[in-house]
Amino acid sequence: MSTGIPTAIDAPRFRALTSVRATGLIGIVSAAVVAAATFVAVFGPLLAPYDPNLPNLSLAWIGPTGGHLLGFDVQGRDVLSRLLVGAQTSMLGPLVVVLVSMISGVLFAVVAAWRRGTADAVISSGLDILFAFPGILLAVLATAVFGAGLLAAAIALSLAYMPYVARVLRGAAFRERSQPYVAALEVQGASATSICLRHLIPNMLPLIVAQATILFGYAMVDLAAISFLGLGVQPPRADWGVMISENQTGIVQGYPLPALAAGVCIVAVVIAVNVLGERLFERAQAARG
Amino acid sequence: MRWKFFARRLAMLLASLLVASFVIFAATYLAPGNPIAALSGGRSLPPSSVRILEQRYHLNAPFLAQYWYWLDNALHGNLGISITLRENVSTLIASRIWTTAGLVLYSSVLILVLGIGIGLVAGLRPGSLDTSTVVVTAISAAIPAFVAAIVLILLFAVKLGWFPAIGNGTGFVDNVRHLTLPAFALAVSSLAIVARVTRASVREEGEREHVQTAVSRGIPSRQLIRRHVLRNASIPIMTVAGITIASLIAVAAVVETAFGLNGLGAYLVQAAQSKDLAVVQGISLLLVTAFVIVNLLVDMLYAVLDPRVSLGSRAT
Repeated sequence: MSTGIPTAIDAPRFRALTSVRATGLIGIVSAAVVAAATFVAVFGPLLAPYDPNLPNLSLAWIGPTGGHLLGFDVQGRDVLSRLLVGAQTSMLGPLVVVLVSMISGVLFAVVAAWRRGTADAVISSGLDILFAFPGILLAVLATAVFGAGLLAAAIALSLAYMPYVARVLRGAAFRERSQPYVAALEVQGASATSICLRHLIPNMLPLIVAQATILFGYAMVDLAAISFLGLGVQPPRADWGVMISENQTGIVQGYPLPALAAGVCIVAVVIAVNVLGERLFERAQAARG
Repeated sequence: MRWKFFARRLAMLLASLLVASFVIFAATYLAPGNPIAALSGGRSLPPSSVRILEQRYHLNAPFLAQYWYWLDNALHGNLGISITLRENVSTLIASRIWTTAGLVLYSSVLILVLGIGIGLVAGLRPGSLDTSTVVVTAISAAIPAFVAAIVLILLFAVKLGWFPAIGNGTGFVDNVRHLTLPAFALAVSSLAIVARVTRASVREEGEREHVQTAVSRGIPSRQLIRRHVLRNASIPIMTVAGITIASLIAVAAVVETAFGLNGLGAYLVQAAQSKDLAVVQGISLLLVTAFVIVNLLVDMLYAVLDPRVSLGSRAT
């Protein structure tokens, strides 16, 4: 709901940015899921009712009981506590991937659009060549060389995503570059850096935010897959991908709840992020007119 | 004009492969640790054996020369020796490649047949079936392969017992039976995406003026759909299907691990964990090559399907 006070910043791009006051039931639920996941990622360790890493084999695979809403996992640890604490790495990893790939992607896109000519040709062909690496494969290669871990996997994924980001944003940067206001600022003697930082990139923000949101979902799936393969977050540390791999034996033994609970968390966040991302894209397109 | 486009695209493919092979080699070259220790599996060797190893692997040659020797060997099918299994990497790859190829092929068929089929039905018949397709595909598109794997194992292997949960099986029919759940797990999210794109583009084409005109002229719907709707709708459909099928090559590693299949991807993951770098290099090189070639085929198909595409310009 708007406050009714017309303000100067009531421009399309700010409306696009703040439109997470989403419309309709699906939009509200999606926003709530993302908000809840973010909250848990920050405060998870404080919310967890039990020690997430305290094993007790005599409790292994015991189902939900009073005080333990989701029961115990393969090593007899409280599943709910591990889910709450695991939100941290599961959300932080994709955030790192999104930040690194978006910042480098925007940089390449803007430089290509600003310089045009040879610089654009070099950057664009370079990006085309980088397309050769699927994200998961580059991450596996990185962990083989630098050792298993979240950081190596996240950086490798960022590198693999960057060409996609740059390719989409390059078009938008070119459109923005040819706008009359850019030429006007150049005539007034504004420096290239200041035009890009203060005008060109802010005008691309709706698209950048939409792209980042969609990317977050992809990064979450790929990083969880890397952790599932044992190459990302290392057990006993709690992480949603790790939890699925640890508790996979429970599926065949008739105790599917611990693995399924972690799977539901991943799927719920990814669906919510996709819904919001698609809407942001529509807004960004509408704002451009 | 068309040949020029293909030649340019082929040159890019070679450049991509060269860069990829360089990255793969450089990464493992930079890996912490002494290559002699890696080759001997950590045992200390007498100086004479060290010298033989240095000579055989050109360890004292400059970096670029070493890359060249490695690439030359790789092109001749010699990918080195696995330090854990003490066997030729090429032999190890050859014994696993068909599992992965079969899995990716099976999944691709599912994606093309079911994805396009579901999308067509939903796109051509608005109503409750269409609405439920939209909801179901939105959810399935967000299901990662490893989550799909545990759900499929739970439902069809544990509860219903229709399919085995683990392993490769023996003989063709048994192989296919063992690959069915993995292929569905690998296909789920791509299948949903292809169905969504098919539905959207069929709907969009159906509303275009020339189709509406054809409807008003009383052209039979079968002919209308085939000649006017599908022909234009096929372009975005094939593009998305191609991109998602190319991505299966890497995701296969996850599914193979989840189902205990003896394929290249699962082997790559094991090699990464045990730091068996020759195997990591060999399989990475092979998978990247497959990925790049599938992407090339998609681009060429796109150019053939859409006569409007300006072949001289860069694809955007």
